[in-house]
Amino acid sequence: MTKKIYTKKEWIETLAGLQSSYNIFVPVRDGDFHIFEAMDDKKNPDFNFKNTRLSPKSLVFPQSERLFEYTLDENDPDANIIKQSEKDYFPQAIVGIRPCDAHAFQIVRPNFDNPEYQDPWWIQRYESTTFVGLGCNDPDSTCFCTSVGGGPFSEKGLDALLYDLGDTFLVKVLTDKGEKFLNQAQGGKEADETALKAGEDLAAKATDKIEAKVSTDKLKDKVQTELFDAPFWNEVAFACINCGTCTYLCPTCWCFDIQDEIFKKQGDRIRNWDSCMFPLFTLHGSGHNPRARKVQRVRQRFMHKLKYYVDKYNNGVQCSGCGRCVKNCPVNIDIRQVCELMNTFSHKN
Amino acid sequence: MNNPYLPYPVRIDKIVTETEDRNLKTFRFVFQKPEDENKFSYIPGQFAELSIAGKGESPIGIASSPTEKGHVTFTVNKVGLVTTHLHNMKEGDVMGIRGPLGNWYPWQEMEGKNIVIIGGGFAFTTLRSSIVYMLHPDNRARFKDISVVYGARNPGMLLYKDELAEWEQRDDMNMHITVDGTDDPDWKYNIGFVPTITEQKITSADDAIAIVCGPPIMIKFTQPVLEKVGFSPERIILSLEMRMKCGIGMCGRCNIGHKFVCKDGPVFSLAQLKNMPPEY
Amino acid sequence: MLEYVEKIREAARKLFKDGKVDVFIGYKKGSIPMINQPVLINSADQAELLYWDRNCGLNLCNYLTRRTDRIGIVANGCNSRNIVTHITENQIRRDQLYIVGIPCQGMIDHRAVQRAVKQQEILAVEEHSETFTVKGKDFEETFNIKDYLRSNCLVCTHRNPVIFDEIISQPVEEQTGIDAYKDVRQIEGMDPENKWDFFTRMIDKCIRCYACRDACPLCYCPTCFVDESRPQWVGKGIDPVDTMTFHILRAYHCAGRCTDCGACERVCPMSIPVRQFTKKLNKDAQEFFSWEAGLSLDQRPLLDVFRPDDYNDFIR
Repeated sequence: MTKKIYTKKEWIETLAGLQSSYNIFVPVRDGDFHIFEAMDDKKNPDFNFKNTRLSPKSLVFPQSERLFEYTLDENDPDANIIKQSEKDYFPQAIVGIRPCDAHAFQIVRPNFDNPEYQDPWWIQRYESTTFVGLGCNDPDSTCFCTSVGGGPFSEKGLDALLYDLGDTFLVKVLTDKGEKFLNQAQGGKEADETALKAGEDLAAKATDKIEAKVSTDKLKDKVQTELFDAPFWNEVAFACINCGTCTYLCPTCWCFDIQDEIFKKQGDRIRNWDSCMFPLFTLHGSGHNPRARKVQRVRQRFMHKLKYYVDKYNNGVQCSGCGRCVKNCPVNIDIRQVCELMNTFSHKN
Repeated sequence: MNNPYLPYPVRIDKIVTETEDRNLKTFRFVFQKPEDENKFSYIPGQFAELSIAGKGESPIGIASSPTEKGHVTFTVNKVGLVTTHLHNMKEGDVMGIRGPLGNWYPWQEMEGKNIVIIGGGFAFTTLRSSIVYMLHPDNRARFKDISVVYGARNPGMLLYKDELAEWEQRDDMNMHITVDGTDDPDWKYNIGFVPTITEQKITSADDAIAIVCGPPIMIKFTQPVLEKVGFSPERIILSLEMRMKCGIGMCGRCNIGHKFVCKDGPVFSLAQLKNMPPEY
Repeated sequence: MLEYVEKIREAARKLFKDGKVDVFIGYKKGSIPMINQPVLINSADQAELLYWDRNCGLNLCNYLTRRTDRIGIVANGCNSRNIVTHITENQIRRDQLYIVGIPCQGMIDHRAVQRAVKQQEILAVEEHSETFTVKGKDFEETFNIKDYLRSNCLVCTHRNPVIFDEIISQPVEEQTGIDAYKDVRQIEGMDPENKWDFFTRMIDKCIRCYACRDACPLCYCPTCFVDESRPQWVGKGIDPVDTMTFHILRAYHCAGRCTDCGACERVCPMSIPVRQFTKKLNKDAQEFFSWEAGLSLDQRPLLDVFRPDDYNDFIR
């Protein structure tokens, strides 16, 4: 697979050149934080960032998306018939995505793409996306990707990986999709041995820098119902205010809601992000709510991410260690601490 | 790519008000496109999402049996936004149904066994589907004795009253109709809560499987009765309800543990439920 | 304010030993710098968890709503005013509470500090009496606390608790000569189109996580208006009109009750200055009705009472 070197200036020009074949999404500085936005002349890509505030999951799974439309006009022969909305899956590339966020898409995939049912929108948008990752030279203290099957230069979920060598980017192609992307790119030189070695050293150093070690090895062996009844949930849940911050910032959370919205005689069926933290998430029409209390909802979130997902897919936890929830939880509920509590739990204690 | 969220357009063919408080109506739907009926081939126990443009969707158990061709029937309780609108619709109106969804009663295991069916209130819909299916001449021989206990609060609240009366007369099944209480002097069937009547009428668990469907309180008191008679947790089958949106195991809201009520359920055995967190 | 820590722990221990409370609500030290976690303890030996510093910027009154036990709680100026409002609005009874009053000297604006170190990761913050030191992997800088106080703390005129059962130190001097509403007047001076643009741009990052609503002690409705479905007042997606409706209506629901504690701004993950909505209503309450929320248990809420001399130019 191709390996090329670009100066940083050249790389940005190259990306601009690809805009006819791809919608190129790059990290852009926006006030205090960064956000992935479509490249354009007015905004400069800024690859000097730790990670974006919101994960790039909205580029494959938008926060609000029209799925269907219909007319309620009784004079129309198609009244009340629900029709699929037109979608445009023009190829897109997310350049500068961190390995944790790319890994997150792989973690999410079995939910939307499984033998029984396939979600057409998520799958088609995912397949039309090329992921060009940017390895993390300097992980934060809240990063724990190595504890959950990832790493600062992990290749999971990526089609190509960028190594920031200071003045240059080393681009390493990982998949056919990445090859196709780079083949259409202008410029750059074949990467030589020194560059490749520099990249490897960078990756090794970065992996060593990750301090946070979160144990997840014993989660699979715990009995689901015993962990469910553990006494520590009340303590964990007290501070929680049941907002949606953790779920919305998280690259591996995927729960959604489907709503019909009408205006006069036209209507749309829309999919919106939803959060298991909200009290109405599980409210039955009869008024019964299996998770009416805060502690039940907090327990659900952690059990889902660290136990139910583990039991269901046998593929690790539903977390990519990006640390956004740790940094942004308004009341400092720390998933690393909760995971330790769960991993070390023994019901005999 | 096949879109599991897209409903089949249907027309309301017939509406029957089942209960005297008018909160339960049976809707018979006919597919607008005949080929959709073949795609919608279902097994008793499954449910479908009733989809109304402009309002939303509601997951309702299928009340008709696959042996009844040409239409699909649902009995709907008027509870919220979608069901209230549905209750106000007329014969001839167009809407959508999506499915069939979920798993079904364990017909393979039930082959050759005695079948005990316990139902309460308006949870009886998929049980009707199962009974009609089993009583069909093509299927009856596959099962041994069929005993049904079905109760409601009072005579006016019973569903499918005409069919219940018919079944009570049949000699290839034991139909026990009951009400919690009634002032009607002409009431000829049982009076008593479903768990109480179950205790009286279901006396053997030999080679039998019990299907229980009803409000949580009924299940709570029926379960020990069945266990006492000798039904093991593997032989007691329940059908659960949950708030659902996608119905296909993706939106994440109907889970119990790592199982989705819409996809791995709604039918679960008591043995399975005992290994799942009690959050439903 | 680090000297308060031991006093708070002592107060809590004593309350448990004397059997005066069933639980005590306070803060425990956060797992990352510049934030502390609200905590509830049930016994004297857990009192060691309690902590207080200039990162206690949430509103603990939020955790009192409809509790039925006897609760000990720490409360600084703004938090104590919210407790008064909570009692007046029947969300908790006075006799359930033992309030440990804390004369507050202001909380640190963690976003301003991050900006000051150019968004480099902060690994530790040490507080001193007038300064604080920020340490990262390869930097260390000291700042003056008064240059990094939160914007609501800068204009605070009620730093001392207005209600308490014991107060852990001498009251601090209240700030005077404060112009709290300069920013509101600036917005008031804009013409309608600019004003609309200002607010539209301000909330365009809103992701409808409802952290602002959930952190606010005033927002205790069992079902919030945004969650209602029959009828549905507000759409659940991120349509800008729905988002603006949510913020404006929520601010109106806080009219005459908001104490400007700043919890809403502290918790917003998108750094939206949501107090720009509520401050206008606080200003109106003060200017039209000489009203400040939560100052005394004897005051009925602003929108509960009508004084004969209330302005009525709006009646034409």
